[in-house]
Amino acid sequence: MADARSAILEKIRAVKPAGFGDKATAWQQIPRSFLVGSTLGREEILHLLEDRLLDYDATVERCVPGEIAGVVKALLEKRGKSRMAIPDGMEPTWLPNEGVDFVVDRELPYSELDLVDGVMTGCTVAIADTGSIVVRNTSGQGRRAITLVPDYHLCVVFASAVVKTVPEAMRLLQTWNTAPITFFSGPSATADIEMTRIKGVHGPRFLDVVLVLD
Amino acid sequence: MSRIPLDPATSPAFPKAAKKSLGDQQLRRNVRHATDVIQAKRKRMVEERDDWQDLRESGSQIRQHTLRYLDQYLEEFERNCTKAGGHVHWARDGKEACEIVTRLAREAGAKEVIKIKTMTSEEIHLNNALETAGIMPVETDLAELIIQLGEDQPSHIVVPALHKNRHQVREIFKQKMGLKDLGDTPADLAEAARSYLRHKFLTVPTAVSGANYLIAETGGVCIVESEGNGRMCLTLPETLITIAGIDKVIPLMDNARTEVLADEEGRQTLHCIRCGACQNACPVYRQTGGHAYGSVYAGPIGAILTPQLQELHHAESLPYASSLCGACYEVCPVKINIPEVLIHLRHKVVEKQTKGLGTLNPEAVAMRVMAYIFRSEARFRAAQKFGRTAEKPLVNREGWIGWLPGMLGGWTQARDLQAMPDETFREWWEKRDKKEGRNG
Repeated sequence: MADARSAILEKIRAVKPAGFGDKATAWQQIPRSFLVGSTLGREEILHLLEDRLLDYDATVERCVPGEIAGVVKALLEKRGKSRMAIPDGMEPTWLPNEGVDFVVDRELPYSELDLVDGVMTGCTVAIADTGSIVVRNTSGQGRRAITLVPDYHLCVVFASAVVKTVPEAMRLLQTWNTAPITFFSGPSATADIEMTRIKGVHGPRFLDVVLVLD
Repeated sequence: MSRIPLDPATSPAFPKAAKKSLGDQQLRRNVRHATDVIQAKRKRMVEERDDWQDLRESGSQIRQHTLRYLDQYLEEFERNCTKAGGHVHWARDGKEACEIVTRLAREAGAKEVIKIKTMTSEEIHLNNALETAGIMPVETDLAELIIQLGEDQPSHIVVPALHKNRHQVREIFKQKMGLKDLGDTPADLAEAARSYLRHKFLTVPTAVSGANYLIAETGGVCIVESEGNGRMCLTLPETLITIAGIDKVIPLMDNARTEVLADEEGRQTLHCIRCGACQNACPVYRQTGGHAYGSVYAGPIGAILTPQLQELHHAESLPYASSLCGACYEVCPVKINIPEVLIHLRHKVVEKQTKGLGTLNPEAVAMRVMAYIFRSEARFRAAQKFGRTAEKPLVNREGWIGWLPGMLGGWTQARDLQAMPDETFREWWEKRDKKEGRNG
């Protein structure tokens, strides 16, 4: 008996519909008339992102670059957060000088991550259409576990990193396409019981976004 | 807590199973509420998108393209996944897939595995296989957890527990989680699931997932989820076993999918991305719920996918579980023409059932008689007259027929038939012409 791999491939070749010439060329010829960019201005795109995030039960605070630390301080005070995990490479000027203990994640055990009050990170890109924020394992964003295990995530998003559509974001992310990439649209949520959308189950259940107008 | 999985090979025929579901008022209320909510939300989002039809067209063509080069994409995925440190295993059918997963879990030393919701694992009855091997599968999706603890069966591809309401979920959780005081708001129930699973996420080193897509270009696996349970399973464990059908753009388990691929008219079934939109839109599913379909794939997509995966050895009644209204085709994001495939499969079922009978099978005879009548105006008029006379003893006072004899009885099994009107349109028209002295 042939091994499963050859058996399956052989059978596929025998029964599949014929291709239209070379695979790469055929791939290029698929019609893609969906919208890739948009005619919206920057303010409209930011407004759309905010609207989506609020719809998902996240909060959004706008500020200019010099105000980040102050806004972060106020948010953490309001939430009563005093011990926050941060990834390696976090921009020091974003961090308030007092009131909060920031723990740099250098392979913290999961049980430790489970005990911090929250996590603060930057992001790679944000998508207005879907209200999604994209993070990857890099300086200032951290490994996947740190934006997952803590119950609260404070994310700093620069307006210059906001795009309107998913295809625009995909184009940007192409550079890192072999690395794990996480898209999250608001805090953890479920609608599994009676289709009632409720805040979170396992992932971070609370999300604050600081939108920086750069 | 082993449960009997939905199995098309042993499930009763759809009309029989549907009759049972139709008698369950609670089930019907739950299903109607859930499908109404999802449909309304989907509609709102679709209306916001100016390019929805463009997206559908691209989606459809991408799926067609992938099937045309399926062998090459599979090899490309394997190459890139291996390069990225993964291992690709191939399984001809569900049994072989279960054996591989069980072996891998054993090699990882797993006593239990945490699972992301995967309909593919339901299709192949993976949980039973793992339990038999002494490995405890722990479902982490809220709906799948409800199904697992309730020893129930999934009834929808996207929201598998939509047939249960909050009170029913509360009873299951109280009993199986040993909780005395538990509220019945969805938030209370979600909190209970969080506490129940938290420790598992942080400590169980082996996870099992399905895949929304496998990406050939990078060897990557794409999972879409909302609760965070998916991210937990993908991120924290040391071993991740992903199981997916070869139709998921690119992976590993055949389980009769190549048979579907071989059927020119049926193969568009493999374009399916398992979004569940057709289920929510289907007037049949909305009445019966998912269990009546006797398979993890319910609703219109199930009515075409299940019989094909069973190579028509089972589930022959499913292609008939539809009014062919076309709502499923209209909402399908990758434009699968489900009514067309349903008719194609009905044809195959009839061919199979009447094999050897040739032109003598009753349906063919009836059709020939119909054709004979329809070919001549005189015969057609005579048949109408005959019908009006013949039906008389069966018509009730309100003008309905509740019972028809013999082969015709199928029609009145689940609905009444309106009696024929006293005169036909032609008769009325001719009378009117005479009365007003017009001709023609």
